[in-house]
Amino acid sequence: MSTDVNVKMEALAGVDPDALPLQVKDLHVEFRTRNGIAHAVNGVSFDLRAGETRAILGESGCGKSVTAQAIMGILDTPPGFITGGEILYRGVDLLKLPESERRKVRANRVAMIFQDALSALNPVFTVGFQLAELFRKHRGMSRQDAKARAVELLDLVKIPAAKQRVNDYPHQFSGGMRQRVMIAMALALDPEVLIADEPTTALDVTVQAQIMALLAELQRERNMGLVLITHDMGVVADVADRISVMYAGRVIEEAGVNDIYANPAHPYTKGLLESIPRLDLKGHELSAIKGLPPMLTNIPPGCAFNPRCGYAQDVCRQDPAPPLYQVSPSRTAACHFWKEVKGDE
Amino acid sequence: MSDVVLETRDLVKHFPLTRGIVFKKQYGAVQAVDGVSLQLRRGETLGIVGESGCGKSTLARLLVGLETPTSGDLFVQGKNMSKVSAEERRRGRRNIQLVMQDPYTSLNPRMTVGDIVGEPFEVHPDVLPKARRRAKVQELLDLVGLNPDHITRYPHQFSGGQRQRIGIARALALNPEIILCDEPVSALDVSIQAQVINLLEKLQKELGLSYVFIAHDLSVVRHIADRVAVMYLGKIIEIGTEDEIYDNPTHPYTQALLSAVPVPDPRRRGHRDQIVLTGDVPSPANPPSGCRFRTRCWKAQDICAEQQPLLEIRDKSGHPSACHFAEVRDVVHASE
Ligand SMILES: Nc1ncnc2c1ncn2[C@@H]1O[C@H](COP(=O)(O)OP(=O)(O)OP(=O)(O)O)[C@@H](O)[C@H]1O
Ligand SMILES: Nc1ncnc2c1ncn2[C@@H]1O[C@H](COP(=O)(O)OP(=O)(O)OP(=O)(O)O)[C@@H](O)[C@H]1O
Ligand SMILES: [Mg+2]
Ligand SMILES: [Mg+2]
Repeated sequence: MSTDVNVKMEALAGVDPDALPLQVKDLHVEFRTRNGIAHAVNGVSFDLRAGETRAILGESGCGKSVTAQAIMGILDTPPGFITGGEILYRGVDLLKLPESERRKVRANRVAMIFQDALSALNPVFTVGFQLAELFRKHRGMSRQDAKARAVELLDLVKIPAAKQRVNDYPHQFSGGMRQRVMIAMALALDPEVLIADEPTTALDVTVQAQIMALLAELQRERNMGLVLITHDMGVVADVADRISVMYAGRVIEEAGVNDIYANPAHPYTKGLLESIPRLDLKGHELSAIKGLPPMLTNIPPGCAFNPRCGYAQDVCRQDPAPPLYQVSPSRTAACHFWKEVKGDE
Repeated sequence: MSDVVLETRDLVKHFPLTRGIVFKKQYGAVQAVDGVSLQLRRGETLGIVGESGCGKSTLARLLVGLETPTSGDLFVQGKNMSKVSAEERRRGRRNIQLVMQDPYTSLNPRMTVGDIVGEPFEVHPDVLPKARRRAKVQELLDLVGLNPDHITRYPHQFSGGQRQRIGIARALALNPEIILCDEPVSALDVSIQAQVINLLEKLQKELGLSYVFIAHDLSVVRHIADRVAVMYLGKIIEIGTEDEIYDNPTHPYTQALLSAVPVPDPRRRGHRDQIVLTGDVPSPANPPSGCRFRTRCWKAQDICAEQQPLLEIRDKSGHPSACHFAEVRDVVHASE
């Protein structure tokens, strides 16, 4: 379907086919609530290459889903506002596009799988109808062709007896099957970038393995970039190329998957890895990170992690927050003491 | 036998499927739990694992008396709960408490933390005089690592991990000997999950509690459980010590489950001997004949459709396994 992609390219002004499919630069998002301003995203940047898988890791509430919503242009506004930054699709800043253009990008080029599959499907329409609508709206297909494509897609995501199941309603599908339907919808229009927000959290390991294998296969076939949001450290180790670790709305470490797991350079990343139950820890206490993440309405000065950090010194408790230090040519970490944290190889 | 604090014999729960509004007609039943027999000993942790929808939560609700069994027996401290007086059943129930799956929805948002943790005293007013309840609630909050001064706060003012601690404090209020944890850490990220697991283990040591621990994260269960039961479509298909299940699994479903657990080490990528199951989980309203796993099993033969395999010790399985062809296969270490 590569010719198809070229057709799409022309439809959006300013697209540079040689630019990266997705670049987020210094993104800021805040929620203006009765209890004050929640600083949910505070300068997030990352790149995504074609065919690459970038995992975004981080504690619950650190701003992962909000970042994804900002990229997709589906932020809950108000109370949420993007207060700074750029989101570039092949060089075009999506934040500057009118909503009509934005909608085209959302359907065709950058697609998303949501954290909660059931709530993202419409309960009153059949699964097949919802899939077919995409082709009718965005590809101008006839009812019949669209339906045939819907069956093909359900087949692709390995729904057994797709021809019959296409007429079922979402509630007639199991949790794992609904999740696969969501994946089918996201992939329907051949996006170049897929953002998957906890795509397998509700699923057990056997179904999770099937879905991750399916995503990997599609990525290879279509050279699709994948932003994978999850807190499952096992899944990340299995599929990610690069990782951004977030804490309190910031990226605090960015590196290739092997570097992160072998030699974390930020104390928070290190703490996360040490919290994973391991065989040799049976009968022992797990090393949890003590304390709790900060309230986003009241992030402490300096490094947001300092109240929980064993390495913290006075410099960590003072503004400005530590910058992203260059740990090696291909990795960064926002810790004044990254050398001590990382240790020698 | 005084060592066994909780026992089920052939416990069954079917949810009827009905059609019609005025004249309800039953046309089938979801066989959520279908003949489960197990024992929980004093001070031990029994892990229960299995696919989504296999009946884990239903089993937990049966054990705490939130659901009435369709058939079968439940013994608490040796007493058959369906044969004792109402008063004795109430006392038995008090001894078993439930910590629920979702810290975000299982707490009433309109109640203060003090009301939530103290609620069991309203249900069982004879346990503690009113005047001493506040102090007891504060003691419980302290025990689970929450600030006792936060007694007047509301659930939304707490994080997921803290909310799970509130649920644990409430479960401990009546000094139960048995606690059922239904996915207590699934909604939490690893660092907070570790805090809650450590807390549960500490409380077990200090208070001599017995746990039934339900989860779909197999590495968490391995960490906390002494024995593990694997469920598939309403039945236990393999049960044994943590070592037996993880190092010497003999049921193909257990093997598939274990082999699918992602390993948090990128160097092992592509070097794992993963058994990828094909096909979907059959409907619990219409389970396959014979062995319920046979439709997804690579070992299935004619006998598997004809004869239901019993959960028993077999020639090639030193612990109970419900497979005609049970045989050890080490999938956890079978990498490289
Ligand atoms: N509609 C909203 N109104 C107010 N605050 C919000 C809203 N949506 C998100 N937030 C706040 O923004 C912060 C980041 O939330 P986000 O959903 O991005 O977290 P997350 O990293 O995806 O967490 P999880 O792992 O639990 O999904 C949270 O503290 C949340 O309270
Ligand atoms: N009240 C009910 N009425 C009808 N069916 C029910 C009811 N409660 C549970 N079921 C069905 O019983 C089966 C077992 O459900 P249960 O909640 O026990 O699964 P589970 O193993 O806890 O799954 P999960 O891992 O997703 O929590 C499912 O098929 C479910 O749809
Ligand atoms: Mg999220
Ligand atoms: Mg459940």
